[in-house]
Amino acid sequence: MIENTRFASRSELVGIAALALLLVVVLPLTLDVFRLNLVGKYLTYAFVALGLVLCWGYGGILSLGQGVFFGLGGYCMAMFLKLEASSPENTKIQSTPGIPDFMDWNQITELPLFWQPFHSLTFTIAAIILVPGVFAFIIGAAMFKRRVGGTYFAIITQAIAAILTILIVGQQGYTGGINGMTDLRTLKGWDIRPDHAKVVLYFVCVACLFGCIFVAQLIRHSKLGRILVAMRDKEDRVRFSGYSVANFKIFAFCVAAVFAAIGGAMFALQVGFMSPSFVGIVPSIEMVIYAAVGGRLSILGAVYGTLLVNFAKTSFSESFPELWLFGLGGLFIAVVLAFPNGVAGLWSDYVQPRLVRLVTPRKAGWSAPNAVAEGAPAE
Amino acid sequence: MFGDYTLSQLGSIFVMQGFAGLILFSVYVLMALGLAIIFGQMGVINMAHGEFMILGAYVTYLTASFVQSHLPALFSVYFFVAMALAFVASGALGMLTEWALIRHLYRRPLDTLLATWGLSLILQQAFRSIFGAREVGVELPQWMLGSLPITDTIEVPINGIFVMGLTVLITVAVAYIIFRSRWGRQVRAVVQNRVMAGAVGINTERVDRLTFGLGCGIAGVAGSAFTMVGSTGPTSGQLYIVDTFLVVVFGGAASLLGTIASAFSISQTQSTLEFFMSGSMAKVITLLTIVAILMLRPQGLFALKVRK
Repeated sequence: MIENTRFASRSELVGIAALALLLVVVLPLTLDVFRLNLVGKYLTYAFVALGLVLCWGYGGILSLGQGVFFGLGGYCMAMFLKLEASSPENTKIQSTPGIPDFMDWNQITELPLFWQPFHSLTFTIAAIILVPGVFAFIIGAAMFKRRVGGTYFAIITQAIAAILTILIVGQQGYTGGINGMTDLRTLKGWDIRPDHAKVVLYFVCVACLFGCIFVAQLIRHSKLGRILVAMRDKEDRVRFSGYSVANFKIFAFCVAAVFAAIGGAMFALQVGFMSPSFVGIVPSIEMVIYAAVGGRLSILGAVYGTLLVNFAKTSFSESFPELWLFGLGGLFIAVVLAFPNGVAGLWSDYVQPRLVRLVTPRKAGWSAPNAVAEGAPAE
Repeated sequence: MFGDYTLSQLGSIFVMQGFAGLILFSVYVLMALGLAIIFGQMGVINMAHGEFMILGAYVTYLTASFVQSHLPALFSVYFFVAMALAFVASGALGMLTEWALIRHLYRRPLDTLLATWGLSLILQQAFRSIFGAREVGVELPQWMLGSLPITDTIEVPINGIFVMGLTVLITVAVAYIIFRSRWGRQVRAVVQNRVMAGAVGINTERVDRLTFGLGCGIAGVAGSAFTMVGSTGPTSGQLYIVDTFLVVVFGGAASLLGTIASAFSISQTQSTLEFFMSGSMAKVITLLTIVAILMLRPQGLFALKVRK
């Protein structure tokens, strides 16, 4: 099934094309700007789910702290935007003009040192990739070199998510506290709030997502990807074959972290704020369910899973707010007990064979109807 | 930071903070005991543990309200009934969970984690629907209120002493059950070698179910005790779950003594730091220290050496 050295097999290419069709053509044409922005926000979570497919589905490392990396990426972006929004002219009424408003409220009179470099966009973009990447490397190196894995790793990452949330909430003078960084306005003088900017940002987000999907596919189809799977299934045999298991795990974890960070940065841009409520334990575990619903082994499934769960969440919490948690809880249990391979598993077990049977007699191999149907579940 | 206080004042501060830490320690130990049994002995991560505790707290609340309105004469001793009821309710729900959920997932520990998280969300929402989103408090009988003066600068609250006494009692009982009783021997046998335990005639499924039930039941008692020092809301359990897991992991998963030692060091560190800086920073520093130590010594304080 897996072909060597290419980045995707034929059916996967069709799947990617279908997803592209859905995200680039169908949704922008059918949804108004508000809903499109909402989809863009959901897609930022899909980056996290994508990373989880790599590190959990393929690598067998369940991180319950992906919110940490989502948050780090988001906060880096938000710090840049916040600095631009609080230029001396905009903040004339403060007792210290030129620093973010929440610092002024907390009697801080000078921009802290670690905020200074975020005046530069280049530095910010580098930081979005490097800060979470290095952080993940440190955690990964400390844990995997000592052969800590599985549930222990899950608990430790969860603790880290808790620590970071408490830290952000506690240090409100430096981070904006529980409210986070709000009122982000412009990116290099370009206003990110009006409708047309939101449409542009949506497409930027989709482009980044496809970039990440491409990287994920490359990793999956390389030798590296197969070592990851081998490691998940029989770690000791891989170790005895001479591979450094720890290094591969660190790599997968770092990639997942960077994906999550890019998602976080896109989130800050599209939604216009960043707060600790996307960092802690609850959002981190919720992000795992996106990957699980989509199918923990399916890269595209992660995107569909994220969209599905979030659409369900939005429509449920609009009409029956008290039922949503029952639904989400049930989803966790159902996805684990009844269909561990998620939507992607259902698709390849039940829908695809029928479609193939439907298509083959007419024209062998031609699969455009396939593509349309695949777009359907996310609608 | 010590400059403003005299020596005797500092001494009193440390004693009082130390005592506040002991109350926190008791709550941690009670929560961690159940978890140490479930996680340490069975290897199952139960993310809904906090909710089992809150179930116990709500049962206590219900009992208190019932006794107060129908049998006011017995109000001073209602607490012992409530605790038994909390144990039974949480334990029964725990056994049901094991039967419906956990037993299908023994080979997939990470999936257990997700499934029990789902269960915790459902329970939280159920609590919210039944008892409302607001926190409820239990009225304590008269003899538990007030505090005991030891010197003129040091006094300790009575309910704290009661909770601590309770903790000691339950810990001793658990240690006896696990290490001395026939059933405890079966539990340890199943943990160490499931197949062999089955081969010598132990009903491993029944042992699993009872172990899980016992762990959840102790969580219920912990919740019951928790009502004496704090109020209960639908999401209170979630606040403690990470701390409790860290207590168990830090202590070394399979070691009861380790759990107690780590609960002691964590709670003492936190409550002593809390006096000198904001509560959130105290927590951050405590947790960071634990995580850092765990990165250097992943097996925890007291590791049980098992040949695999």
